Amino acid sequence: MFLINCPFCGEREQSEFKAGGEAHIVRPKQPTELSDDEWAEYLFMRKNIKGIQFERWNHVHGCRKWFNMVRDTSNDQIKAVYKMGEKPPVK
Amino acid sequence: MTNNLRFKTSRFIDETYRVSFKFNNKIYFGFKGDTLASALLANGIHLVGRSFKYHRPRGIMTSGSEEPNAIIQLHDNSSRTEPNVRATEVEIYEGLVASSQNCWPSVNFDIGGINNLLSPILPAGFYYKTFMWPVSFWEKYEYFIRKSAGLGKSPKVADPDIYEHNYIHCDVLVIGAGISGIMAAKMAAKNGLKTLLVDEKSYLGGSSIYDNSEFSKINNQTTSSWLEKEINEISKLENLEIKTRTSVAAFHGYNFLLARENLTDHLPINQRENKVRQRLLKIRAKKVITATGSIERPLIFDNNDRPGILLSSAIKKYIDLYGVACGENNVLFTNNDTAYETAVSLIQRGIKINAIIDNREQIDSKISYEVEKNNIKIYKGYTIVDTYGYRRINKISIMKLSKDGQTVIGEKTKLNCDCLGVSGGWTPAVHLFTQSGGKLKFREEDQVFIPDVYPSDQISIGSCNGDFGLEEIIKNTLSSIKKFLDIDNSEYKTIEIISGLNQSKRNIWLLPSDKSIGKTKSFVDYQNDATSKDIKLALREGFRSIEHVKRYTTTGMGTDQGKLGNMHALGIISETAGTKMGEHGTTTFRPPYTPLTFGTIVGRNVGEFFDIFRRTPIHDWHVANNAKFENVGQWKRAWYYPKNNENMHQAVQRESKAARDSAGILDASTLGKIDIQGTDASEFLNRVYTNAWSKLAVGKCRYGLMLNEDGMVYDDGVTTRLGENHYIMTTTTGGAANVLGKLEDYLQTEWPELDVYLSSVTDHYATISVCGPNSKKIVSKVIPDLDLSDEKFTHMSFKNAKIDNIKCRVMRISFTGEHSYEINIQANYGKSVWEKCMEAGKDFNITPYGTETMHLLRAEKGFIIVGQDTDATMTPIDLQMDWIVSKKKYDFIGKRSLYRSDTIRENRKQLVGLLTENPDEVLEEGAQIVADIKKTPIEMLGHVTSSYYSPNLKK
Repeated sequence: MFLINCPFCGEREQSEFKAGGEAHIVRPKQPTELSDDEWAEYLFMRKNIKGIQFERWNHVHGCRKWFNMVRDTSNDQIKAVYKMGEKPPVK
Repeated sequence: MTNNLRFKTSRFIDETYRVSFKFNNKIYFGFKGDTLASALLANGIHLVGRSFKYHRPRGIMTSGSEEPNAIIQLHDNSSRTEPNVRATEVEIYEGLVASSQNCWPSVNFDIGGINNLLSPILPAGFYYKTFMWPVSFWEKYEYFIRKSAGLGKSPKVADPDIYEHNYIHCDVLVIGAGISGIMAAKMAAKNGLKTLLVDEKSYLGGSSIYDNSEFSKINNQTTSSWLEKEINEISKLENLEIKTRTSVAAFHGYNFLLARENLTDHLPINQRENKVRQRLLKIRAKKVITATGSIERPLIFDNNDRPGILLSSAIKKYIDLYGVACGENNVLFTNNDTAYETAVSLIQRGIKINAIIDNREQIDSKISYEVEKNNIKIYKGYTIVDTYGYRRINKISIMKLSKDGQTVIGEKTKLNCDCLGVSGGWTPAVHLFTQSGGKLKFREEDQVFIPDVYPSDQISIGSCNGDFGLEEIIKNTLSSIKKFLDIDNSEYKTIEIISGLNQSKRNIWLLPSDKSIGKTKSFVDYQNDATSKDIKLALREGFRSIEHVKRYTTTGMGTDQGKLGNMHALGIISETAGTKMGEHGTTTFRPPYTPLTFGTIVGRNVGEFFDIFRRTPIHDWHVANNAKFENVGQWKRAWYYPKNNENMHQAVQRESKAARDSAGILDASTLGKIDIQGTDASEFLNRVYTNAWSKLAVGKCRYGLMLNEDGMVYDDGVTTRLGENHYIMTTTTGGAANVLGKLEDYLQTEWPELDVYLSSVTDHYATISVCGPNSKKIVSKVIPDLDLSDEKFTHMSFKNAKIDNIKCRVMRISFTGEHSYEINIQANYGKSVWEKCMEAGKDFNITPYGTETMHLLRAEKGFIIVGQDTDATMTPIDLQMDWIVSKKKYDFIGKRSLYRSDTIRENRKQLVGLLTENPDEVLEEGAQIVADIKKTPIEMLGHVTSSYYSPNLKK
């Protein structure tokens, strides 16, 4: 079970958190102007990487804040956590 | 007790404390300190069980948690009964009751033994291949297969014992208190680190603690006396916590480990009262030192499973630790030097060794010369080809191995024995290391898998790291712990080691026989009766992956998880397939390392503590008034209130009639309530609901429908505008937490520019809904100051009011279609206001109704229930609710998806009303609607989501 360093609360058990899928997918500002394929790209298409992955997490049983995490899915190492709206600190 | 099997010299056995116990309904005696296995062996009993498939007689094979055969039923016919317990781990106590499993009528005469004779027609995959046809016969087969399957019996009544969960945080966790574990714990604790040392045994010191041989010495003392001083020293260390009888079950990522601590299993039953039986320890360690040792390998030869055949190290342990001889005429069979340590122990006690069979042609070690000096015949370069004796081994036959070890040559010799010790070398116990995500590497020279890449801050030391010689173990433990803990002072000045053992080994995974393989039974997995023949068959049939061979032959799938035989299975696969063993990898070692009881897993979370349950402020009233409850999410909701032996149907008919004819009252406190504030609150609602919100006047309520981004209906409810920038949203009972989560998600991640704040206020208010033609009269009695005239208090609006000076909110909203008022008041006044309403409604036959009647009333009106009439595949259009979807709004959650090619498809399922031809017939919810029942496969047109009989509409 991970130990996650919530950017607002500090290190906590994974059981306090909820994973929220891939990070840095921005909701289109003009959805009505998109074709079916473009909308589907936003709605359904997600990466499933073996290696460095950018994820959204929510400290659901804590401060309720959403934040981003960089995780290596091959060994579950958490490389970084950062607040929403911030640029990822690692590539 | 057979006296010539017991030696009164062991300091681990208290000979002044005699213990009586029952095994298979017979009374036996042992001593305090015995395990069930050692006590049975001291009584001359080897045969303790029958094997799973062939029902072959099986005896005690090992002396620890790796035991495949001696698994027994503990506490027969009692609420504490427990199946599949390893006799080698059970510490005996006065009054212990145990019996053999998987045999009928008795272990000595077992009808199922016929399977052994049938074994030529019961190969691997027999069940898969045989019971495939005809398809319709499966149910008949299943009945008999189920009867013969399984080992022990599960308990039939509740467990009387108490279990609990504890969290432990430490700097260093040391798993295993053998020689290297003890050294590591001492070094860590003495250097100021908070250290926890755990071991599954009841004593510390591992296998070195009972080694009194002259061939393994530390600083010129026997390892047992050197270690005893060490243990004495560490037990005084303040920084060190020691837990015995504690078995690590799982090693997860981030150094999170689960261990089971056994607290009362070694005590007589009458001393266990009110004590915690087992604890699940949840350990977070900054650093983990794994010192789990190694498990001796058996050897794979024909009929290698007879009672009386034990691991050679187990024979040594029974003599040196328990003072018990496993036999009076022993033969040892080995491919390495460790069996000679057993020989030395046997010689020390004057127990006869008939012969030693050694695979190796050349043996060159001090210890072997010493054994040879005692006039013990060593057959060098020989192998056992067969064994004899049904309920106990009595003879073996041996032959010379060819140079390449693939065949046998020369004459067959028969030797008598009543006990055979086998040693195939050692397998490092890397289970926990691999569970944690560690990668193994294969060491060719002695054919072992050892830790290679560590996934977290941890290290393996001692024989679980592949160090087998005493000198190697101690030297490497010292250097690697110093480095791992970054300390200079090792606490150990000079250590002089004397070891008479040589690490040479002749590894042959499957020993050759003079018979063809089809005629042999060389067991690889004892518990599941998988033989080398089965593995070869699997390869012939095309299985290549070790994981597939494992599942097809069931090798390693017993309660022992193949601790003994998995390596041999791998070896036989690579020998047969002509591949390199390291290339196959191993099967996955999964937690738990040894079985856990369900009690340990659930801890205190049993009965009413199994799950949280939420009660409304009015709950006690419902209980006092005979309500039946329904679980909605974690809530207990009043379902219906039966009167005078009414069944549910009768109660619901009465309740719904009363609500339509006069007045009904419902506890709606469970509906989710979210308080929304901020200058952009209206804009926010515009974006999350399908309909428009900007023009809703202060004091008005509006029904809203919420979609997922994929256009499917997610939740619904009424939202009220309390002030210019202040709303209160209601959600479905079950959806409350998810809706809040979803709204927070959008606010924080997509629309951080919006000035909106959300808080859950579900528990802050009690919500009482009074409905029916007389509801106005009732509410006016409860809140006389409030003008309830329809002109002043219109439908879908709200008023602030006071009941006895307590502020409340009254909404004129209706889920039933009747004239209704919803009173929201601070939760702790809920029950008294409810009682006021009941009092005020007495003259109007006010009738409390539950969720079932609520469902019926809303169905009469045609309102949907999200989650019952919808299932995440329904758009508002599918629900005929396009009236609520704004055409004008540029965007809202899910809008774009409402005209995707799939959502505008013509033939989507639609929510429609159905009436039965016979008005009294009520369709079953979930029933499938079909056009033609004769056509197969039956084409399904739809299904029934809600169905009721309405007493008001009489249909």
